[in-house]
Amino acid sequence: MDSLNLSKFCIRLGDHCLIMAHRQSELCSNGPFLEEDIAQINLGLDLLGQAEALLIYAAKLEGGSRSADDLAFRRSERQFHNFMLTEQPNTDFAFVIVRQYIMSLYLLKTYQVLSKVEDETLSGIALKALKELTYHERHFSMWINRLGDGTAESKLRIQTAVDELWMFVGELYEEDALDLTAQKALYAPKGEEMKAFLMEQITAKFTEATLSVPESVYMTTGSKQGIHTEYLGFLLTEMQYLQRAYPDAKW
Amino acid sequence: MKTSISKAFVYQLLAKVPDPEIPVVNIVEMGMIRDVLVNSDGVEVFLCPTYSGCPAMDMIETMVKEMLADNGIVTCKITLVYKPAWTTDWMNAETKEKLRAFGIAPPNGKASSKKSMLNKELVACPQCRSENTEIKSMFGSTACKSLYTCLDCLEPFDYFKCI
Repeated sequence: MDSLNLSKFCIRLGDHCLIMAHRQSELCSNGPFLEEDIAQINLGLDLLGQAEALLIYAAKLEGGSRSADDLAFRRSERQFHNFMLTEQPNTDFAFVIVRQYIMSLYLLKTYQVLSKVEDETLSGIALKALKELTYHERHFSMWINRLGDGTAESKLRIQTAVDELWMFVGELYEEDALDLTAQKALYAPKGEEMKAFLMEQITAKFTEATLSVPESVYMTTGSKQGIHTEYLGFLLTEMQYLQRAYPDAKW
Repeated sequence: MKTSISKAFVYQLLAKVPDPEIPVVNIVEMGMIRDVLVNSDGVEVFLCPTYSGCPAMDMIETMVKEMLADNGIVTCKITLVYKPAWTTDWMNAETKEKLRAFGIAPPNGKASSKKSMLNKELVACPQCRSENTEIKSMFGSTACKSLYTCLDCLEPFDYFKCI
């Protein structure tokens, strides 16, 4: 891949991590109990670190006209390429778990492929992130079991979250020109391979947790063109507040 | 800059930089220094982050630069290396004992083992050394630690996870 395509590729992946990290940071002091509160923000911190490493590399590949901070804090909704799933709000704890569980699977597969590429920076970031995603997936899948195979109320809540969020899963294995370029260079799994991996994992886990996988429904699309749900704007307003209000403010 | 600076001297200085989260061990003992290059342009330190989002990284970089500058090395470049990924396997027995004496149960065994992957390690209490302990929370005060309680002396403690 040439450096322009590679930088776009890193920005997409970095955006998924950044927006997920922000959603998890919102749980700080709002977790259901102290230990889980700490767990959630620690997992979010890992994602923030991955986002930082990816955006630093993307900025470098672009030629240095923008910094990683510019990418994070000075782009608007239409310039973000995170999946719509990542920006969905923390409606209740079940929504957090379903969103993060599915995205953990996506990132696991993505980093597995990236850990083998020739690009030393990217394979290094991926190898490090793989260790982290392994315990992310473990943590969220434990909650899928506990809530799904828990009480009538917890089961109702998590099945509702699954049903509501399912329409955003299609984007995870959709392909556009950049994806095809990345796949050709062996930087990304093919869409059908990603879909098969996700469905196999999710079906096995949901069966264990007595949850049902929704029948095929309408899948939404658009984030690759910068089209998002209304939630991203509100998220960015909060995340970017400081740099917008006080440009170039330093810590 | 002095050309007489040796790699060993730089390592000696780096061994004086404590881990900001665990002040009883230094960054060399933690395995975070992967290499040091000394050439006519100055010193280049290759630093390996423990976790992607470790909030202490910026502070560690500043502390390294300050330590070297205080000792006459003003031209210092810090390069982050991710590969191979940092692992607790790089801590030696002496470092692990320092952690234990500080009250943190050191990483037990090899990161690559199945047991540590499944969180089924036998963790000894750093106070009374009993292995009759119980995990309370997978995450503790930092991402690298879990919270345990000793069922014999009833003391809560941090366990440095294998990674």
